[in-house]
Amino acid sequence: MTQDSLYIIASVGLFGIGLYGVIAAPHILRKILAINIMSVGVFMLLVTSAKNVNSTPDPVLHAMVLTGIVVAIAGTALALFLAGKIHALSEASDEDSH
Amino acid sequence: MFQTPDFKNNSYENELPFATRVLCAIVIGALGFGLIAALILTENISSSLPALVQQKLTQSGVQNPVTAVLLNFRSYDTLLEIGVLLTVAVAMLPNANFNSDINPDMPGGNRSSGRLVSVVNSAAGNPPLEAFLRWLIPMIIVMAGYMLWTGTALPGGAFQSGALLAGAGVLAQLSGRIQFCFTSTTAKLLLTIGLITFVMVAIGVATTTGVVLQYPLELAAPLILLVESAATLSIAAILLLSYNTLATQVFESPSEHSTFEHSAFDKQPSDVTETSAPNETLQSQTAEDPKS
Repeated sequence: MTQDSLYIIASVGLFGIGLYGVIAAPHILRKILAINIMSVGVFMLLVTSAKNVNSTPDPVLHAMVLTGIVVAIAGTALALFLAGKIHALSEASDEDSH
Repeated sequence: MFQTPDFKNNSYENELPFATRVLCAIVIGALGFGLIAALILTENISSSLPALVQQKLTQSGVQNPVTAVLLNFRSYDTLLEIGVLLTVAVAMLPNANFNSDINPDMPGGNRSSGRLVSVVNSAAGNPPLEAFLRWLIPMIIVMAGYMLWTGTALPGGAFQSGALLAGAGVLAQLSGRIQFCFTSTTAKLLLTIGLITFVMVAIGVATTTGVVLQYPLELAAPLILLVESAATLSIAAILLLSYNTLATQVFESPSEHSTFEHSAFDKQPSDVTETSAPNETLQSQTAEDPKS
């Protein structure tokens, strides 16, 4: 019970830190990192709840985490790519205004 | 709630007011405590799914329950996931052909044309890394094959294997001798083969069993292996494409002022300290005000 509680507290904590970052971080890269921290929190909670005292861990939750990780990577890559595009465009408009 | 993204300088001018940030922290903290309390206090809800998976495992064609869930019981998820990966690849592809013209010496540059893999003589080469990689890369490829095969019985499978292969690709590029071209026909085939195979299998099995993605019992094992092998290649190619695109992203502005110096992540340290320092002191003063 205590070990489970520790994992639950840690995962909710990570999620909270990420959520705060998404809202309050000024820079877009920090927001992207914050979203990743949130997803780590969610994965941790899923893995924790997959634990089963009597038998093997729940494979459905493990499969969901595996799928989630891959989608999170793809999402992060796309977000970083778009961030680069925004940077290019904002820089261009900055040069125009000079 | 969300501000405009700020790239100009890593300044604090775009930051939320102090009071708002405190409010956010309090609200999030309260939500967090509520959630923790709810999660700890609720009794374990026992799900019937693990037992069901164990019970049907013999019909899945594989021995590893996670692989069984991923590629048989819930293969729909995996199909869509490969679709998501391909969508990301497609979003990045038009930009994959930018940069060996601008800076041919940069390791990791994609070529704009030519074959998927080309060996170049680059000034940025790293001979010790290159010599080491001659041993390491074949081993990584063998390891990836092992991971793929072992996924049927033990932890492992298409994603782990694809990630290993992509890692090998990244290392090869960092040696400065290898360049990839993701606009070549081979690359396009590699990027899409996972989804194509998966969809064909899904439709193919529907003709025999009548249900999309429901494998016939005796064919389940070979079909899963086929789908996984194809998915591994696609995942590796897509991850490598993402790495390449991001690592060599050149931010071209329409006015043709773009150079490598304009990287999004290169901040001018002097600018940052100049602009942020006064704001920071101001903020720390406001922060201390209520106490005094």
